[in-house]
Amino acid sequence: MAHASRTLARIAPHAALLPMALTAIVCYLGAALWTLRISLTGSRTFPSGRYIGLAQYGRLFDNERWMLSLHNLALYGVLFIAACLVIGFLLAVFIDQRVRGEGLLRTVFLYPYAMSFVATGLVWQWLLTPGDGIDGAVRALGFPGVEFDWIVRQDMVIYTVVIATVWQAAGLVMALMLAGLRGIDPDIWKAARLDGIPPWRVYTRIVLPMLWPTVATVLLLLSTAVVKLYDAVAAMTQGGPGTASEVPTKFIMDHLFLRSNVGLASAGAVVLLLPVLALLAPYAYARSRKETA
Amino acid sequence: MTPPIHQAALERSIAPGTLRAAAAVPEPSARKRARRRLTPARIGIYAFLLMAAAFFLLPLYVMIVTSFKPMDEIRQGGILALPVRFTLEPWRQAWSGVCTGAACEGIRGGFWNSVRITVPSTLLTIALGAVNGYALSFWRPRGAGILFAILLAGAFVPVQVMIYPLVRVMALAGIFGSLPAIVLVHIVFGMPVMTLLFRNYYCNLPHELFQAARIDGGGFWRIFLQVMLPMSLPVIVVAAIMQVTGVWNDYILGLVFAGRDNLPMTVELNNVINTTTGTRQYNVNMAATILTALLPLALYFFSGRWFVRGIAAGAVKG
Repeated sequence: MAHASRTLARIAPHAALLPMALTAIVCYLGAALWTLRISLTGSRTFPSGRYIGLAQYGRLFDNERWMLSLHNLALYGVLFIAACLVIGFLLAVFIDQRVRGEGLLRTVFLYPYAMSFVATGLVWQWLLTPGDGIDGAVRALGFPGVEFDWIVRQDMVIYTVVIATVWQAAGLVMALMLAGLRGIDPDIWKAARLDGIPPWRVYTRIVLPMLWPTVATVLLLLSTAVVKLYDAVAAMTQGGPGTASEVPTKFIMDHLFLRSNVGLASAGAVVLLLPVLALLAPYAYARSRKETA
Repeated sequence: MTPPIHQAALERSIAPGTLRAAAAVPEPSARKRARRRLTPARIGIYAFLLMAAAFFLLPLYVMIVTSFKPMDEIRQGGILALPVRFTLEPWRQAWSGVCTGAACEGIRGGFWNSVRITVPSTLLTIALGAVNGYALSFWRPRGAGILFAILLAGAFVPVQVMIYPLVRVMALAGIFGSLPAIVLVHIVFGMPVMTLLFRNYYCNLPHELFQAARIDGGGFWRIFLQVMLPMSLPVIVVAAIMQVTGVWNDYILGLVFAGRDNLPMTVELNNVINTTTGTRQYNVNMAATILTALLPLALYFFSGRWFVRGIAAGAVKG
């Protein structure tokens, strides 16, 4: 009896971690490997066991829609990350100048982060509707030439997605950057003043390099958000007009559930996994080095 | 993988209501004096901040104003104008009249579906996250570190990588397209952040506490329930805010796993606006959008500091 209860006590931590083990091994690792396996088969509506090697990947990169979605993702990613970093950093620096109403300003800049991508996309869809949206209001104010029809133009629509998502996420960058700024040793400011260095140079040459850990975190967060981009596009443009604002996640969803091409969709998912692993590798490396040191 | 930002610093700096004077950072006196004088530089700073604030507030303003206008007033232009004939009809329509696909009963059905999804998804994921975090920080069973690494890495991977196998497994188990299915999926994808949150919290507790409880003969579950859990209230509040917001705002998982009878509010909202034919009723659409965003926004405005604390620890969610 005592023996049994001791055994029970010894395995309790293992038993408690069983749901986590199932999640990590079955739902994450297992599912990802299964997706990899499907991507090597000729599966259409249902998974089949017919291996066709890397043929799906060949088809994928011959697919115009997929190539367009990759192109969109790259363009979107660069602009979204750059805009979030610049706006977030500027907001943080300006708020850090001992301004009045700081709490209120922070609340205003961060509230969009509480909204879903769907709500964000739908609001901006309405704001940017040509004629009825903001451009109509600006025209009514006495600027008759103003026209803003990016959301219905194939060559410009991806930029409207950038605007909407930057609005949603810039406040988060501001919050993280501000925390970084407040963690910096105030003696640096004293020293810089004694040396007569103008504040903007202190920010760009001294403070920004010191904020590197914060910037790295922000970069990781923003780039994962880029790869995961789906809801905002689905709500705001549905990938349109035509396929002009198609993104890889949406390509995968369409081919999984609407176009019955599971093999091709799985190949796309595996390709999407690569940038994520490339992003995580340096972090894993830094972490393992820290642990051995 | 732990965010390298000091949590206390983040709270101090961005929590609404916490004044900078209270922070431990001493201020150079020269900067303090500059506050009183309104130099051109100061005016520039305020101008920039006010313009930025206007940009961030514009969508909220337009949403609210539009939702109280009749349609003909919207068509006459002036998205920015205040309503002339103030009406609550769009709100009534959005809540109980608008078509969300086949049925025209408003998005109240979606609201209750979201509640039914969010409550169990939050409670169960927090319970599991707390146990995981506790086991990871105090017991460290063999192999747990690797499991945790896989779990965290999974938080960065787009769900499209895992979604199809999960659909197949759930279909085999006969629960695909049901409430248990969507709750299970939310547990699976909410677990990394919840585990991280609790692990970080427990790692910062003094280890002597655990050792003392061990010497007193406490076992795994007793120490958890009687020692750790009573001290976990702050982190539970943060976890609840994060998980409620995350689950409520989810779109893709609800779309795939919930099934026709349990579609969450975000999916129904998108159906209302993007799949209805005929003239677009912008006022109804905006009322429906506000209704959908209301719960997370209210959580943010009323729980400011806690919300921000969650960002620090759970920012990984991305």
